[in-house]
Amino acid sequence: MTTKVVTIASGKGGVGKTTAVANIAVALAQDGQKVICIDGDIGLRNLDVVMGLENRIVYDIVDVVEGRCRLRQAMIRDKRLPELFLIPAAQTRDKNAVSPSDMVRVCDELRQECDWVLIDSPAGIERGFRNTIAPADKVLIVTNPEVSAVRDADRVIGILEAEGKNDQGLIINRLNPSMVKRGDMLSVDDVLDLLAIELVGIVPEDENVIVGSNRGTPIVLDGKSRASQAFMNISQRLQGHKVPFLDLDEHDGLWSKLTKFARGGE
Amino acid sequence: MDFLNRVMGHKPKSAKNAKDRLQLVLINDRTDITPAVLDALQAELIEVISRHVDIDPSMVRIDVEHEGRSQRLIADIPLRSVPRRRAG
Repeated sequence: MTTKVVTIASGKGGVGKTTAVANIAVALAQDGQKVICIDGDIGLRNLDVVMGLENRIVYDIVDVVEGRCRLRQAMIRDKRLPELFLIPAAQTRDKNAVSPSDMVRVCDELRQECDWVLIDSPAGIERGFRNTIAPADKVLIVTNPEVSAVRDADRVIGILEAEGKNDQGLIINRLNPSMVKRGDMLSVDDVLDLLAIELVGIVPEDENVIVGSNRGTPIVLDGKSRASQAFMNISQRLQGHKVPFLDLDEHDGLWSKLTKFARGGE
Repeated sequence: MDFLNRVMGHKPKSAKNAKDRLQLVLINDRTDITPAVLDALQAELIEVISRHVDIDPSMVRIDVEHEGRSQRLIADIPLRSVPRRRAG
């Protein structure tokens, strides 16, 4: 299989990018894929704590770029899943320590090493974001069903189009089915109507996500929760499998009937 | 539906609100066409077209519509009906 470099971006901060990266990476690794995650948020690193690997950092991405270590030395192996690795961001430097071409070079080297490179993009649309999209074969845009997140996602999609990064997928995170049902939250179809890009995943709002990040255990690792199922489905879809979208309404009410209808019963 | 809601004293659902507002905001974000630009465009179009054709300026509508991720400028310019003279 040829290696795929997938960047996870959002524009707005706090929509769940880092959690998405950690959980999709775990799900891919559980499917037997070799996965290397890169924290692209230099100066504000967080993927390490969400993955529970913060105590094992020796080198980071800036050390790699500036030649203080070999790429392999900066790859932290996740002991729970031997095929999962993290290259952390530097915490005491800023985004200008790395350039888009540095990221392309690093990722080209990683293509020899693994099946998937997942890059956690910083919030915003400046240098840090540009660094992370430069090497991307595919960009996943994470949004929440909420006005500011959708607006920022649209800006990101516009920039990606202008850069010719046309392989894009949308993850709608933190959907609250009962709020959608009573008409107080944008539905999946509303968001798709507005953003008009391909849907890759719908992740319901789930308290377990915070419990998981408290412990440094991405929910997919021990999860039977609906959010972890949603991330596993995303991993399946990335691998090219057709997986139906989660039925988020246990009572099979109007909302789920409508979404099923809109999805063409997929 | 809106009418019914108003009669019943219901506020429109906030999700509908969000979608309507986003639809307008995204068009501005994507095209840089602000309502002011649209107004200027409309005034100039009316002026040019009126030089050649009889139109009712108050009926002219100019809008940006979107289909997927592409937008188009739609101008709706009804012609003033000219009473046709009957032969004989």
